[in-house]
Amino acid sequence: MSEVLLHTEGLTRRFGGLLAIDHVDLEARQGEVLGLIGPNGAGKTTLFNLIAGTHEPSAGSIVFRGESLVGLAPHEVCKRGLTRTFQITKPFQHLTVLDNVMVGAFNVTRHPAEARARAQETLAFCGLEARADRAAGTLSVPERKRLELARALATAPKLLLLDEVMAGLNPREHDTMIALIGQIRERGISLLVIEHAMKVIMSISQRIVVIHHGQKIAEGSPREISSDARVIEAYLGEEYRIA
Amino acid sequence: MNHRVGVLLGIAAVALLLLPQVASPTVLHLAVIVCFYAFLGQAWNILGGYAGQFSFGHAAFFGIGAYTSTLLYLHLGVSPWLGMLAAGVAGMAFGLVSGFLSFRYGLRGPYFALVMLAFAEMLRIVAENWGAVGGSVGVLVPLLGSAPLQFQFASKRSFYYIILALLAGATLLVWRIGRSRLGYYLLAIRENEEAAEALGVNAFRYKMAAMAISAFLTAMGGTFYAQYLLYIDPEITFGTTVSIEILLRPVIGGAGTVFGPILGSLVLTPFSEIAKSLFRGFIGVHLMIFGAILVAVIIFLPQGIMGLLDSLWRRYGGGGGAR
Repeated sequence: MSEVLLHTEGLTRRFGGLLAIDHVDLEARQGEVLGLIGPNGAGKTTLFNLIAGTHEPSAGSIVFRGESLVGLAPHEVCKRGLTRTFQITKPFQHLTVLDNVMVGAFNVTRHPAEARARAQETLAFCGLEARADRAAGTLSVPERKRLELARALATAPKLLLLDEVMAGLNPREHDTMIALIGQIRERGISLLVIEHAMKVIMSISQRIVVIHHGQKIAEGSPREISSDARVIEAYLGEEYRIA
Repeated sequence: MNHRVGVLLGIAAVALLLLPQVASPTVLHLAVIVCFYAFLGQAWNILGGYAGQFSFGHAAFFGIGAYTSTLLYLHLGVSPWLGMLAAGVAGMAFGLVSGFLSFRYGLRGPYFALVMLAFAEMLRIVAENWGAVGGSVGVLVPLLGSAPLQFQFASKRSFYYIILALLAGATLLVWRIGRSRLGYYLLAIRENEEAAEALGVNAFRYKMAAMAISAFLTAMGGTFYAQYLLYIDPEITFGTTVSIEILLRPVIGGAGTVFGPILGSLVLTPFSEIAKSLFRGFIGVHLMIFGAILVAVIIFLPQGIMGLLDSLWRRYGGGGGAR
């Protein structure tokens, strides 16, 4: 079994009386794509927000590469090699696509020329080089998703948290994105992926964690998950059969 | 930046340097005022334009600058040249305090604008009621005639060169910031602070940096103003009008661009001087006109004059934008 990159234990977050995340133990390993699924409102994005430093946990620990992330601000989490994307894309609207990605690349270098080179390389990797000089606000939804990804990649993360990068994409674009995620993994970057499209998560993940009502209800390989009775009941529905 | 722009800048520089040879005192005064507001606009631009923190209270730094150098000169005999640096430091210190209080507690957009307005008003009221700094009567700087070491000159020509140099320095600084990591980070914070944070940008730190630079320069402008006019009072240094005058030019010219504040001042300042003399006796009419212009610009040219030029350039000039 490969090295554990990210490890949470008893991770809990309350919003007033609501227990949004309830004692979640999570383990993301070096070199793998860990899928995170669950019905709407299960707490997936809240879990991301806890790990990335947007919210502070009410209880529990988050350890990334041997160091606790609890109490760190989002930019400090990013500096340590953990970068997240947002479900609702947040492009820097009035900046060009290249400038958007340069902001990410500045996480690695303070020199504009190096950041520009790194950003161009990342744009090419994500298939956005033709859009480099366009204002980010003019991009289509699929392009925005890729920009979100490119910006995060440019920060040189060890672990990338993707929050529904497939949402709003058509099946053909799904395939492009799946291929891209595969290539990211080949570069040695591990991924923690929230995804709704079941076919996608089954095909890209080595392991899957299922969250329901803020609790982890199952964990295992895609095959195990798709035949787990609790998961089928909670999320997939009676009708679902593995493709 | 391509060669044509370089040549244009060169020609402009020579013309600006030779201007006092041909200009009448009235025109020269106008040139001083144009440069003066362009300089203040450039200072505001760093915080309000690049970092997107729309300060409605830059009069606070301006007034601190004017009072610091003037009081240092009157009470301790410190030359206003040194006083101008002390003014910058004092303005920056106040900027860091007000910035800390605002940014630490997450004030954004209109809330930040209003808090800054409140800080400036607070200082105005303190200055009006504090006898030791002249109260509402203000402070007169003793006229020395020609005393270059004490920042006093017989002719407007020297003031023109000083404010031109300050403007050139501030513009060069903004240009360099815009091409550095700091500049990219400030724009990212302006566009979407949460996304910037997720990409490793310490938004608080960079907003504080923008505030420090912006406040420092604005306070230096306060010293220049005090020496040019040789008189300051709370209203003309800390007043809300000053805050509006400072932010108007960069907003109209194009906030977050290198030349926006200069363009804005070139367009607006002569207009304002004319309006002031036309409506003499009706104090504030020029401000009402400013208000109308501001509303029109925000509705029709949200990117300012620079935005208009940029889209014209894209349409007819071909090639990329002239950011």
